[in-house]
Amino acid sequence: MSSVAVTAQTAGEGAAKVAAQRRAKRSRGSTNRRASWIVYALLGITLVVSIFPLYFTLLLGSSEPIAISQNPVPQWLPDLSLFTQFRTVIESTQINFWLALTNSLIIAVIVSAAVVLFSTLAGFSFAKLRFRGRGPLLVFVIATMAVPTQLGVIPMYILMSDLGWIGKLQAVIVPSLVAAFGVFWMTQYLSEALPYELIEAARVDGASMIRTFWSIALPAARPAAAMLGLFTFVQQWTNFFWPSIVLSSSNPTLPIVVKSLQANYFVDYSLVMGGVFLVTLPLLVIFAFVGKQLVAGIMQGAVKG
Amino acid sequence: MAVLTPQRSAPDSGAPQRESRRIGFSQRLGRWDVKLSPYLYISPFFILFAVTGLFPLGYTAFVSVHEWSLLGGQGDFVGLENFTFVLAQPTFWKALVNTLSIFVFSSVPQVVIAITIAALLDQNLRAATFWRMGVLIPYVVAPVAVSMIFGRLFADQYGLINAMLNTIGLDSIAWHGDRIASHVAIATMVNYRWMGYNALIFLAAMQAVPRDLYEAAVIDGAGRVRQFFSITVPQIRSTIIFVVITSTIGGLQIFDEVRLFDSIGLGGPDQNWMTTVVYMYDLAWGDQHSLGRASAVAWMLFILIVVIGLVNFLVTQRISSNAAVKKPKRKSTTGGNA
Repeated sequence: MSSVAVTAQTAGEGAAKVAAQRRAKRSRGSTNRRASWIVYALLGITLVVSIFPLYFTLLLGSSEPIAISQNPVPQWLPDLSLFTQFRTVIESTQINFWLALTNSLIIAVIVSAAVVLFSTLAGFSFAKLRFRGRGPLLVFVIATMAVPTQLGVIPMYILMSDLGWIGKLQAVIVPSLVAAFGVFWMTQYLSEALPYELIEAARVDGASMIRTFWSIALPAARPAAAMLGLFTFVQQWTNFFWPSIVLSSSNPTLPIVVKSLQANYFVDYSLVMGGVFLVTLPLLVIFAFVGKQLVAGIMQGAVKG
Repeated sequence: MAVLTPQRSAPDSGAPQRESRRIGFSQRLGRWDVKLSPYLYISPFFILFAVTGLFPLGYTAFVSVHEWSLLGGQGDFVGLENFTFVLAQPTFWKALVNTLSIFVFSSVPQVVIAITIAALLDQNLRAATFWRMGVLIPYVVAPVAVSMIFGRLFADQYGLINAMLNTIGLDSIAWHGDRIASHVAIATMVNYRWMGYNALIFLAAMQAVPRDLYEAAVIDGAGRVRQFFSITVPQIRSTIIFVVITSTIGGLQIFDEVRLFDSIGLGGPDQNWMTTVVYMYDLAWGDQHSLGRASAVAWMLFILIVVIGLVNFLVTQRISSNAAVKKPKRKSTTGGNA
């Protein structure tokens, strides 16, 4: 780890990336022998276990409700009747599918952008600026990561209902705008990836602090900021606990749609499963494009409890 | 490492000196800029966190000593009555035991499976990225969706899991009836979503293990399995503890999976799989509408999590100070500052 840190310090992100790649290449496998077929077979099983539950929703979505109640796997291949379920879910007035999709998107985008911006600002300050109380404040941030703030839901609900925000998106957005983890993550990254020389050079050229942040720190923080944004997005998109308390099925997010599917049609598992797949699909599509970055993020320590 | 030291001291001496060359108003402005900016940049986090994180936690204590109805609002001060009421409820204790039981069923197998997958991914694979992405797919499936799907797979009648048990000659299990079985089913959902994620954390730790250790072991005649248990596992010990701690904090707050496991979502007719967070939810937003009692539960759960977290932390400190091995990036920073 320390060798990577020094490279990053002296040569910026490009060199760090190269070093990391080199490290990954060198260290792959306990020996240089190619993995045996047993390894591939076991990984194949893992992959099947990972994907089958999703495939299963397609199977049940394609089947008749009667068949589902008599057979664990009514058919082994999905068919076109799946689209009938999709259409029913999308067109149902009780489900509000498009509204839920838009709401989920709005919440996830705004929260991700805010978490990235505020975390990078604070991370820049903690990593590169000197000020009184810096040490204790940073310890405070780290300590709060272990605090289950979820358990403050009751006063939060009282607050939201006093503000008249129950049922509105801001009730979900505002409490999620900052994350202690994000501040910690950006502090870690910037203290390694942003050389002091760059900041100094900008200051010598007469740049104000905010200009230095905007033109020097923010571009340097881009790789870590992108990962933080991705993880926040996934977290918000799949979030259920707090949204289910303050939102209702008349103004839902996608996870709330899953709950109302079950409440409305709990007998018709064909429809329910079609809906479950439809709700999962957007994030699967996004995953196809950014999965690689998510993998890299987790392996670099973008760990979230 | 040599370049690090002069860099560190630079901003202390460098920045103010250069500032002082300017004169008059702009100089004073520049100095305020340097002095106030650091606080300005961290203030959004601290202000928002105080309002949305700390204040609610503290205020929970205030609500918990009052009669407080969901619809009627604040009532009389009742002291510890809410706590004594909750502690006298068999449901509270049942929910607490359920939570701990589900936690045990999810954490131990999860760590074992994740380390196994990580060991497989650590081999010299073709298309390594493909396999890594593959095991991460469950992470992007929302817990509510996972719960719905596994609710079908674990259906008591005509569920796939029971059908498979029958095929190998075993009896069907009442996944929604038997208490332990329902805990296993819910733990399976948690494991499904997090095993690949944790495997990648372990994989990163495994790749940081110095390779010459393995070379030395090979020379000493150690096989693959021996290498794994004598080198890999001890070397990634601090990462294992880290994963256990994070899964503890998450595992004690299980909610989504229980809410979707049956159509009512309150842990079954006999509260067989109700967790403490679901119990809290039911007190506040269920029939009782008692925010006061719910706050009492929240506060007790909070203390429980903090205590378990502290115990975890102390054990970690003990173990990692005993082992003079290099720790992963994140651990060492947390330990150093806290």
